[in-house]
Amino acid sequence: MDQQLRTELSRQGIFTTTLEELYNWGRKSSVWPLTFGLACCAIEMIATTMARYDLARFGAEVFRPSPRQADLMIVAGTVTKKMAPQVVRLYNQMPEPKYVIAMGACAISGGPFKQGYNVLKGIDRYIPVDVHIPGCPPRPEALMDAFITLQKKIESQSLTGAERPRHLDPDEPSEFVVPQYGAHDLEPPKNVKLWNITLKNTPNAPCATGEDGHRKD
Amino acid sequence: MSLHFIDTYRPIAILMIAALGFAAAPLALAWLWAKKFSPRKPGPLKNATYECGLETKSNVMLWFKPEYYIYAIVFLIFDVEAVFLLPFAVAFSGLSLGAVVAMLIFLLLLAEGLVWAWRKGVLTWV
Repeated sequence: MDQQLRTELSRQGIFTTTLEELYNWGRKSSVWPLTFGLACCAIEMIATTMARYDLARFGAEVFRPSPRQADLMIVAGTVTKKMAPQVVRLYNQMPEPKYVIAMGACAISGGPFKQGYNVLKGIDRYIPVDVHIPGCPPRPEALMDAFITLQKKIESQSLTGAERPRHLDPDEPSEFVVPQYGAHDLEPPKNVKLWNITLKNTPNAPCATGEDGHRKD
Repeated sequence: MSLHFIDTYRPIAILMIAALGFAAAPLALAWLWAKKFSPRKPGPLKNATYECGLETKSNVMLWFKPEYYIYAIVFLIFDVEAVFLLPFAVAFSGLSLGAVVAMLIFLLLLAEGLVWAWRKGVLTWV
């Protein structure tokens, strides 16, 4: 059914939909987060769920106390190396489909503790992150923005084909390697299947480029 | 079985079948959906016992002793007593002496049970 016919039908008062749209609508309207806070960002996450910001408007008020019933992991705060295996294990224990929001500077990169010996430099080294929110801590509006971004992502996912999301693809993993405590660092220090970016410290590396493709500086 | 009997209970039978279908249809749909679209992805980590993200250290099939169950039963009995007390209180002024005495005996029996449970030490937290 093409878009024109749908518009025409809806003008006549006939609502049409597809299985894919129904499925995505159902998924995006009841994303239940895991009750799970790591550091100060969790305070902002709690504020987001309370009456003033009211995350319930988006169908995410039910914070589940067990990963078995949760769809979304909000990594809210500093992930220490001590805590990283637990975070990854909790993510593994969530049923598909599952999503991750990395909330705050610490969760996405280590933040102000990036140079610290005991802080993981971003949870996306071990689990696939859907939405990153910068901020220290991000305001509740930022978390809601991330949540709406996630909803838009879910809405645009296709049910079949090569572009289908991870949980519908039988070849994509549902579990990710849980790091172990090593002598100096976590073993492995990163999941190379997820984090294969090599940061080169070359002087001519492209950084800020303008609209015309040339460097601004 | 008379025809009248069947006629009387037909709506209930229809309701029961509808209720069964109401419960079974979503389950069947979910099963079909999983078959068609959503592949199963079990795994040792995913199926592991949930213990706040930690690895389990010992046997998780523990036996939790319900040592407080008598307390729960006592609560249940007095809960039901309240259900009896309400009509008793409403109809109190119109009751005969025999009915009042019967009700008081009923209350006395329950109070006696409470005293028994108290002396047995059920009401103290272990």
